Amino acid sequence: MLDADSVSQPMFVPQAGAASRPLFERSHEWIITVDHKKLGIMYVSYGVLFLVIGGIEASIMRAQLAFANNHLVSPQTFNRMFTMHGTTMIFFAAMPIVFGIANYLVPLMIGARDMAFPRLNAFSFWMSALGGIILYYSFIGGNGLYGAGTAPDVGWFAYAPLTAQAFSPGHSTDYWIIGLLVSGVGSIGTALNIVTTIFCLRCPGMTMWRLPMLVWLNLITTCLVLIIISPLTSAQIMLLLDRYLGAHFFDTQAGGSAVIWMHFFWIFGHPEVYVLVLPAFAILSEVIPVFSRKPIFGYNIMVLATLAIGFISLGVWAHHMFTVGMVSYANAFFVASTAAIAVPTGIKIFNWLGTMWGGKIIFSTAMLFSIAGVAQMLIAGLTGIMLACAPFDWQLGNSYFVIAHFHYVILGVIVFSIFSGSYYWYPKVTGRLMNETLGKWHFWLFLIGFHLTFDVMHIPGILGMPRRIYTYEASRGWEGWNLAVSVGVVFQIVAVLCWVANLVWSSYKGREAGNDPWDAWTLEWSTTSPPPDYNYAIVPTVRSRRPLWDLKHPEDPDWKYE
Amino acid sequence: MAAPSIALKSPEVPLSHELKGHVGMLCLIAAESAIFSIFVVAYLYYAGKSLTGPYPNEVLHTPIFNSICLFSSSFTIVMAERAMKRNQIRLFGTWWLFTIVLGVIFILGTAREWYGLIYQDGLTIRTNLFGTTFYSLVGLHAFHVIVGLTGLTIIMIFTVLGYVMHEHEYRIGVFAMYWHFVDAVWVVVLSVVYVIAK
Repeated sequence: MLDADSVSQPMFVPQAGAASRPLFERSHEWIITVDHKKLGIMYVSYGVLFLVIGGIEASIMRAQLAFANNHLVSPQTFNRMFTMHGTTMIFFAAMPIVFGIANYLVPLMIGARDMAFPRLNAFSFWMSALGGIILYYSFIGGNGLYGAGTAPDVGWFAYAPLTAQAFSPGHSTDYWIIGLLVSGVGSIGTALNIVTTIFCLRCPGMTMWRLPMLVWLNLITTCLVLIIISPLTSAQIMLLLDRYLGAHFFDTQAGGSAVIWMHFFWIFGHPEVYVLVLPAFAILSEVIPVFSRKPIFGYNIMVLATLAIGFISLGVWAHHMFTVGMVSYANAFFVASTAAIAVPTGIKIFNWLGTMWGGKIIFSTAMLFSIAGVAQMLIAGLTGIMLACAPFDWQLGNSYFVIAHFHYVILGVIVFSIFSGSYYWYPKVTGRLMNETLGKWHFWLFLIGFHLTFDVMHIPGILGMPRRIYTYEASRGWEGWNLAVSVGVVFQIVAVLCWVANLVWSSYKGREAGNDPWDAWTLEWSTTSPPPDYNYAIVPTVRSRRPLWDLKHPEDPDWKYE
Repeated sequence: MAAPSIALKSPEVPLSHELKGHVGMLCLIAAESAIFSIFVVAYLYYAGKSLTGPYPNEVLHTPIFNSICLFSSSFTIVMAERAMKRNQIRLFGTWWLFTIVLGVIFILGTAREWYGLIYQDGLTIRTNLFGTTFYSLVGLHAFHVIVGLTGLTIIMIFTVLGYVMHEHEYRIGVFAMYWHFVDAVWVVVLSVVYVIAK
């Protein structure tokens, strides 16, 4: 039946160029994939898409607030914009991007061929994606798009009793609840997968104390995810019971408590900040050593400090609630625990400085973003200590000072680190380097825009401007400051456009990267760029924390000193 | 530097793929425990704060028989695992069936208890804070029992059809961890609902 020629032909011939295949076939391959690298890329692309959407929402708010007595959008739309901006950025931009980076890099860095549960990995991604789609369906669900549809308008922390059926009729709050519930399932699946991968799939010789710092920090992050997403899930189930079955969890009329929602939400909400910032620290801890040409300073202390941050972060949530009026010893406890978390964070900053100290620093775009990230972490941490003092917080809680503080963390550290990581690992993912000139433009424009917006934003906060305010009168003296804040946003938009253009342009025209363009030391740089489906033809064996240093310097390997 | 392999010398850590099911299940149990602990906290926080009756000491009767059934199912599943280890598939199936029966008795007991509470004592989820927290906490646990029973039944069907073999011992063990967890949660729910906050 079959002649010799057709038998000798392999069933699947590698295609000459992926682009030559029909679009349907290529997208099908991505939709059914269980490969951690493809899922990682999908996570990050999905996160970047929502980063842009959330950025547009922020820009609408800043346009509204640029001038006194402005009526660019309606108050209802403004409420929807700040709710959707916060929810989107936390759950559908930052979380997918940090999970995507972990998904892509953790198996490569520990010398594994895939995650522990590849199909669960795909399931988790699609659940997260579904969550985002449900949340954004709210814009066209219900009454349609005119005037921004029926998007949730209860704020990203959705305080009771505003979310009760009586005060939030219709389905806008339900989109918020169900979108987050569904994406929470995805987050727990991914966290479980990453923890199991790190514990069970390390290559021979990769002991826990030889793990790259990124892997360690993501391990602690994902352990944290496992226990903090659930309280939000529980609280949201209770809210659904309240809204649809007439339960009384948050119903003060029947003896329920609105304050307990705050507790449940912030038991999730505060550690969530660390879930986002630890992966950012992870990126800093990989980029800074490579571009300082020195191994990381104080590896063990760094790991222990991160563990300390993970533990303490579970006991600080009520510093979001000083203005509620808790008993004095509760205030004292949360002041102390919040101030205490500055100690391990400070240790990390000294470790990064120690790594750069005396190093031959290479000021590539990735390194510039990392250095800025460290500096901004210091400032964000200092305003954090200010807000940790209950009396200070009574004065400035829920003002623009708080907004400026946490955007300093989220933009100044997390987004800067994500940018840094994008320049650093882009060559591994695509095989091509990003353009450095455009990268420098991106860096300086974003740095100027960031500082113009968020340094200045502290001042209207101190002058008494509350968060979530729709508009204000000219006589308040907030006008000039707000205009400056809004002008900063323009710089940031241009910078992000530079970045997106760079991402797209470099994938076609970027310089060929080779396996190891940065002369780095972790395992992912030993395989090809982009890595093959199976990552490593031969499972590597490592003998120290810097396996590639050992390989490149057989005369002076690291393992001699461990 | 061409080869990706780095000095193929004596491996210090063997690849431990064998444990990944256990680690994954432990992670899931950690996440589930956090869900339950929030509901337990809500139950304790709202205990005695109901504005109207019925109150727990008037209507709740400790489900001793039910609890004994559920706790014994942890024992029968261990016996099933042991039979599996010795490659006695028929014995495994028998113990597995006992586990399902005990779980079903537990769920039917809960159903009867709820029926009595709703139709005789007039306690629903919207009656008062006790109803709200009672049905949500006990219901959350019952939901987990039903999920467990579904899994048990699927494995039972495969056993009857002859697909379950000695090589599935590991997967059976991972699933049994979930069932033990469901039982352990009942220890907490039982003591909180029927003892501490009554």
